[in-house]
Amino acid sequence: MATQFIVHDKRDTVGVVVVEDVQPGMELEGWIMETDETIRVTALDAVPLGHKVALRDIAEGDTVLKYGADIGRAVKPIRKGGHAHIHNMKTKRW
Amino acid sequence: MARPTFWGYRRENGRVGIRNHVVILPLDDLSNAACEAVANNIKGCLALPHAYGRLQFGADLELTFRTLIGTGSNPNVAAVVVIGIEPGWTGRVVEGIAKTGKPVAGFAIERNGDINTIAAASRQAKDFLQWASEKRREECGIEELFISTKCGESDTTSGLASNPTVGNLIDKMDALGATTCFGETSELTGAEQECAARAATPEAARKFMRAFAAYQEVIERNKTDDLSESQPTKGNIEGGLTTIEEKAFGNLQKIGKRAKFIDVLAPAEEPAKGPGLYFMDTSSAAAECVTLQAAAGFVVHLFPTGQGNVIGNPIEPVIKLTANPRTARTMSEHIDLDVSGILRREMNLDEAGDRLIDIMLRTCNGRLTSAEALGHREFVLTKLYQSA
Repeated sequence: MATQFIVHDKRDTVGVVVVEDVQPGMELEGWIMETDETIRVTALDAVPLGHKVALRDIAEGDTVLKYGADIGRAVKPIRKGGHAHIHNMKTKRW
Repeated sequence: MARPTFWGYRRENGRVGIRNHVVILPLDDLSNAACEAVANNIKGCLALPHAYGRLQFGADLELTFRTLIGTGSNPNVAAVVVIGIEPGWTGRVVEGIAKTGKPVAGFAIERNGDINTIAAASRQAKDFLQWASEKRREECGIEELFISTKCGESDTTSGLASNPTVGNLIDKMDALGATTCFGETSELTGAEQECAARAATPEAARKFMRAFAAYQEVIERNKTDDLSESQPTKGNIEGGLTTIEEKAFGNLQKIGKRAKFIDVLAPAEEPAKGPGLYFMDTSSAAAECVTLQAAAGFVVHLFPTGQGNVIGNPIEPVIKLTANPRTARTMSEHIDLDVSGILRREMNLDEAGDRLIDIMLRTCNGRLTSAEALGHREFVLTKLYQSA
């Protein structure tokens, strides 16, 4: 199966969907670039190309990790397989 | 890889350009019409209309002078005709450009009117153009090449693939002694410590953190919200980027894994510490940033995009790459290199970096970029505050 999402770093709690037609219920194959591992997650939402899918349950207030780094916080709970974006995440700056 | 060379135009001061423009440069907004008329009369000249140059003062005025003089001084420019409303400031730009040794002449509109000014300037432009047309390219070493980079309408594919492709090139070119430059001060917010850690010296790191803090202060003083839809932009958000921190880590991929920046440049400031990577304190708006980098003497630009920013620059060719397969498909006329194969795992970063080096060298040798073919000539001066 082709890679459907990519993860920068093993510590990351989100991955990036790199195909155009991810629908709820699809089992997705992902590639962790840092470690060259393959992982799987089942999509709960339609996640557009380039958008993030949660790799584990993320609680409200949790820091979201990508590039192994802090990229902001969850402002609503995000379930594993859910779409993580401006409706449930926010910057810690500005 | 064999040590690469390219074919460039060696200028009077020894610097090497990859284009051979004769520029008709307005000092101020009032002189745009005359400059465009000259460029219309003399085929092959390039007018650079812009919006400013009147009643500026202090650091803002100095930046405008530095940008105009730097643009005329760029080695991609063979000769310059400067037109201004009055002779004083016009002469200041002419004198600044003349330090490079290249042909430059100034014309003032007051006491002459547009029509006489256009006639005199057109005769001069014709002489310059015919003189420049006999310049020939010569083989130059990669250590003579000045390369800048800036990304635009980024999305998550930028951080995954197109920005790291630029980073791979920067690492390889840095090792060969090229001079390279990145900027976008506000767009490092969240990754500023990681960026500072890439300084070659504690002094460069301190200089970077001072520039970063000063830019944050401007944003804090003027913001009305959390900058949603400005930084990240609406297009960034559409492409999946959620926060400035996420965008910043993607942005930083452009400087690769090994290269260290040796100095921090003021906007449009020419590098003075020899070959190596430089950070320039710039806006993250594409045309402002590239205009400043061109004014500092960079001759070829690498521009990764996600959602499809279409920017070009009149004097510094802008090479565009994308890793977003939809952008590569729907906006193919803007894209010089498609690296979406990285996301399909058909191509690795090292291969993508080599492909970018190949297209960059071909561009240096004379191949027109997509932005040049499409006529993108965004020339945008950075304004620091209101005019008097």
